[in-house]
Amino acid sequence: MRNMLKAAFAALVMIGAAGYGHAEQFDDGLAPAYYEAMKGKKVVFLPLAMSFDLPQVWAKGMETQAARLGYDFSVRDPNWSSDAGAQALTTLISEKPDLLIVHNPDMQVYARLLTRAQKAGIRVIQINLKSVATTDAYVGVNWYEVGLHQARMAIEACSPKKGGSGKIAIMQGTPTNPNNAITMSAIEDVLAENPEIEVVSSQSADWDATKAHAVASTVIKQNPELCAYVGLWEVMDAGVAAAIREAGKTDAIKLFTNGGGQKPACDSIANGTFSGYVSYDAFGQARDLTDAIVQVLQANLEPGQAPYAIYTPIRDIFKDTMRANSCWTMDDVANAPF
Amino acid sequence: MSEIGTAQAGGRATARFRVTQESIVFLIAVVFFAGFSILLPGFLDADNILSLIQNVSILGILGIAMGIVVIGRGIDLAMVTTMAMSTAWTIALMNGGTGPVSAVLLGLGFAAVVGLVIGFLVAYVEIPAIFATLAMSTVIYGFGRLALVDLDVIYLPEDAAWLRALSGQFLGIPLPVIWFAAVALAAFAFLRFTRRGRFIFAMGDNREAARITGIPVRPMTVLQYLISSLIAFVAGMITASLLATVNIRVAQSTMVYDVILVVVLGGIGLSGGKGGVRNVVVGTLLIGILLNGMTILDMSFTVQNLVKGAVLLIAIIVDSIANPRDEQTAQQGDI
Repeated sequence: MRNMLKAAFAALVMIGAAGYGHAEQFDDGLAPAYYEAMKGKKVVFLPLAMSFDLPQVWAKGMETQAARLGYDFSVRDPNWSSDAGAQALTTLISEKPDLLIVHNPDMQVYARLLTRAQKAGIRVIQINLKSVATTDAYVGVNWYEVGLHQARMAIEACSPKKGGSGKIAIMQGTPTNPNNAITMSAIEDVLAENPEIEVVSSQSADWDATKAHAVASTVIKQNPELCAYVGLWEVMDAGVAAAIREAGKTDAIKLFTNGGGQKPACDSIANGTFSGYVSYDAFGQARDLTDAIVQVLQANLEPGQAPYAIYTPIRDIFKDTMRANSCWTMDDVANAPF
Repeated sequence: MSEIGTAQAGGRATARFRVTQESIVFLIAVVFFAGFSILLPGFLDADNILSLIQNVSILGILGIAMGIVVIGRGIDLAMVTTMAMSTAWTIALMNGGTGPVSAVLLGLGFAAVVGLVIGFLVAYVEIPAIFATLAMSTVIYGFGRLALVDLDVIYLPEDAAWLRALSGQFLGIPLPVIWFAAVALAAFAFLRFTRRGRFIFAMGDNREAARITGIPVRPMTVLQYLISSLIAFVAGMITASLLATVNIRVAQSTMVYDVILVVVLGGIGLSGGKGGVRNVVVGTLLIGILLNGMTILDMSFTVQNLVKGAVLLIAIIVDSIANPRDEQTAQQGDI
């Protein structure tokens, strides 16, 4: 009897202990496997550089998620050098992490290394610019779509059918950059369908606001009828905005730009600096990315077996459609769940 | 314009026609200016000419700072980094709630410290300027990223109206043009009329001789880099005011080579001791005219780079034919 009581007590204690150990885990058939898939995994992020908003947002999202799910997250920062990036990638291939998150500087430079990583059994997610090599997943913007949205904004604002002058100018970054090239091809496709729109200037400023300012101030003076400027990156387009402001044409010349949707962008829309803004919502991308991490690690397929993409839903922001949550701040990201 | 060198010092009575690089570049500038004026409607508008100068005024201001250093036989490859970091820190401080006066003073102080450190390394530790400033450029960038600013792009605070006003207009003239003129005049007066200004020429021409004559060569070297760093801060604040943002990636761009380009193009030899503010202005104007004309022509990026490179090459070739290497350059060597 005593022994039986003892055994029963021991059994109760064991059940209790076991129950406590899994207290946070109700087995609904997936949850235990979900947590198991992430626990102790090694995830490494290779950005272009950690010094601008996009990688900071994505990294913050992954950091939060890593703390929640117990995976090991680290960043290798090549600080804008694709050589340093390629070296880091080569080292990583021999270190064999479970998952690599790669931000490509262009479509070619990492292509071969990404294929090698996949062959070495490392899963790879690419973000915001896809390499010619396809890997497990791509999360990010479809640059062609950005171009379509921007071109349509300009046509909507400037078409002679609607009383505009039909004259627009384009401020490119570096023509050889793939995001520049892809966005431009979309703009050219839309313009081909709208012959009433005339491009009076299409210049490159090398993503530099100072150069953009110099070019735009000249173009604006040469083309008094200019209706809109289409710029390919918000930071560079600060220069275009300054040129428009100087010429006293803030109302006459519309400026359409794109970017990741951080707070200063919405400030610029509110004060009329930007007339239209194509946002690829880096905050949303962070959630897409962390979801993709969970998905790739759970599916546990052979690397590269079933590639998929999550293209960022694009958000057009104008002054009158802007809402309190149209843009985000780093504080929002730091306090968001991932 | 061709310069007439009277060669009085040599005691020769006959005036001699001398083709200097400055006059060659000025001639090229005039040819382009005339060509664009005839071919491009709107080029000769007062408005366009002002914006032409405005667009190169930051480059010109930096060029003057670089010119002062180069005349003293040095070079400041850290200038653009100093500009970016000191300005970025000032704006970041303002965003963090520091008062504008203390923010500007701190930024200026940072630039001054950088100039003093570079000057100390070159003058007292005797590291060649090209290596000292190249290394310092990396150090300043790294330190700045680590301790001062953590983002590449820093936006001006919304309420900094006084800062925006720095790039406004005065009597229809864009203020950056006036700042360029002011810096040019100040530098001209310094180089031409002050004793220290003359010392810089003496040092650039022959450092040892200058030293024996009793010129305080080392403190003067420190002064040169101090001046160039402080002017860099001024150029940075004007840029920030104009664009309402500071982008520290400019520190890693090729901008410092553009600055050297206007200095060399204008005819300030890298071997030092020659030239003046006028050379920088001429070099800057040529670049301004070229950029403006090519923008109006809507030339592509690649073609523009090609034209710029070709013009520089032509200027150098003509110069080396007109002014062949002599005994002195052979002894001193170029930089």
